[in-house]
Amino acid sequence: MSHAAIPAPQPPPASAEPGPVVALRNVSAGFDGRPIFEDVTFTVAPGETRILLGPAGVGKSVLLKLIIGLLPPLSGNIELFGEDISAMPEEKLFALRARAGMVFQEGALFDSLSVRDNVAYQLVQERVPDEEIDARVHDALRFVGLEQTFSFNPSSLSGGMRRRVAIARALINQPELILYDSPTGGLDPVTSETIIELIVKQRDVRRTPSLLVTHRLQDAFTLCTHTFDSEQGRMVALPEGQINHSTTFLMLNEGRLIFDGSLHELLHSQNAFVREFLE
Amino acid sequence: MAIQTIERTAKQIVLTVQDYSLFASRAFTNLFRPPIYWTDFLTQSDIIGFGSLPICILSGFFTGGVLALQSSSTLAEFGAAAVTGQFVSITMIRELGAVLTGIMVAGRNASSMASELGSMVVTEQIDAMRALGVDPMRKLVTPRVFATIVMLLFLTIVADAFGILGGAAVTVVLNHQNGTQYFHMAYEHLVYADIVQGLVKPLFFGYIVASVGCFYGMRTTGGTEGVGRSTISAVVNSSVLIIFVDFLITHVLLSLLPS
Repeated sequence: MSHAAIPAPQPPPASAEPGPVVALRNVSAGFDGRPIFEDVTFTVAPGETRILLGPAGVGKSVLLKLIIGLLPPLSGNIELFGEDISAMPEEKLFALRARAGMVFQEGALFDSLSVRDNVAYQLVQERVPDEEIDARVHDALRFVGLEQTFSFNPSSLSGGMRRRVAIARALINQPELILYDSPTGGLDPVTSETIIELIVKQRDVRRTPSLLVTHRLQDAFTLCTHTFDSEQGRMVALPEGQINHSTTFLMLNEGRLIFDGSLHELLHSQNAFVREFLE
Repeated sequence: MAIQTIERTAKQIVLTVQDYSLFASRAFTNLFRPPIYWTDFLTQSDIIGFGSLPICILSGFFTGGVLALQSSSTLAEFGAAAVTGQFVSITMIRELGAVLTGIMVAGRNASSMASELGSMVVTEQIDAMRALGVDPMRKLVTPRVFATIVMLLFLTIVADAFGILGGAAVTVVLNHQNGTQYFHMAYEHLVYADIVQGLVKPLFFGYIVASVGCFYGMRTTGGTEGVGRSTISAVVNSSVLIIFVDFLITHVLLSLLPS
């Protein structure tokens, strides 16, 4: 990929914007006294898509789980939708989590439920009428191009289809934040592109802020250099030299956040690991 | 080195007991606080209650039969073969019906709970449920605990009844004794204290089976191998705990309700 034509990002307008959807301040995490990462600080602003890069085992998935309180931090503060969740009791967290959507690494579909019941899980708990549930599940499945799987069981789906159903499940309640945990990991290039197209579609059509974990640079660059064309109904490349300015990067390595910035800054970073990672 | 290992093991045991106590108390208090997932309760009642019926009937019937076989010859030495019915009914109702049913249900359902929940943990389904705003303790654990307590009570009554029938079959068919006398003795010497003892125990055993099964399932780590370990721990610990708690309950009830 040639990076020479990509200009420096334009600064966001200095208008009075709402606070960040997610804010981490000096967050450390670990298991059994063994630290995974320390002193991580970053924010996700409304409408922003942040791509978290880093080698395997560095704690990227742990970071996502911290953000919606599935794991507690060892220290530091985590704000989700403006509320400090660092020491929030589990019972209070459920309401906040319900406002976010998360796509897990392997989909994490409920084996014992059909695709319809998986996608509708949150709606069923909220006692939404069956007719409305069916209509919204059809909409969500149409969004990911899998309407025909409505009555299937997850076991009969391929890996890529399971991820897309997981995306439909995360999107059905129109979340205010989406967390994607390696949504293309282990998938073939064609299926990966389909998934990335869905993420771009969600970003450009619904403007949902998101945090995406990946170690596939190709996916990250596609997100920056493509947009969803609603008229054509597909993802198209931006004109040469243009990028999506709402998509920015984070990089974790050896227990530290070593990069936080735009694509332009990433490509021109002097950090040795960032350069090695990009090469 | 050996002392460090002992210390580490002791700490591990204390931590496990502490975690289990917190888990079990939360599962119990959730029984009385909404939301209660009634559909899940009914589904689990069907799986645990109706699904365990055949093994409880068979184990009850043959245990009653064995009791009659073993006791009749000894009782006959004292000229008391006629009290076989009393011996079988009191033993089944006060002790063996509840304990055997508890252990059979532990073998069948504590293992299934541990493996089912354990698989959900290692495939991140539990995390997905929490991420969707649903409490797995309320959705998965509490209905299982509630259903096991209720169903074990009825399964114990069924096992008691079939145990007495098994004893009757042996007494009449193999020992060639009078069936009417058997049932008369089985009924005549029963007192309320026996019934209370037999019906209080399954409430505790049901709680143990479900809470231990769910506890080991929910703390599964280490992939599919970990699921196997959780399943073994759930069955072994719930069975041992049932026998230990049986001893405590019997001791307390005998002092409260002497026969």
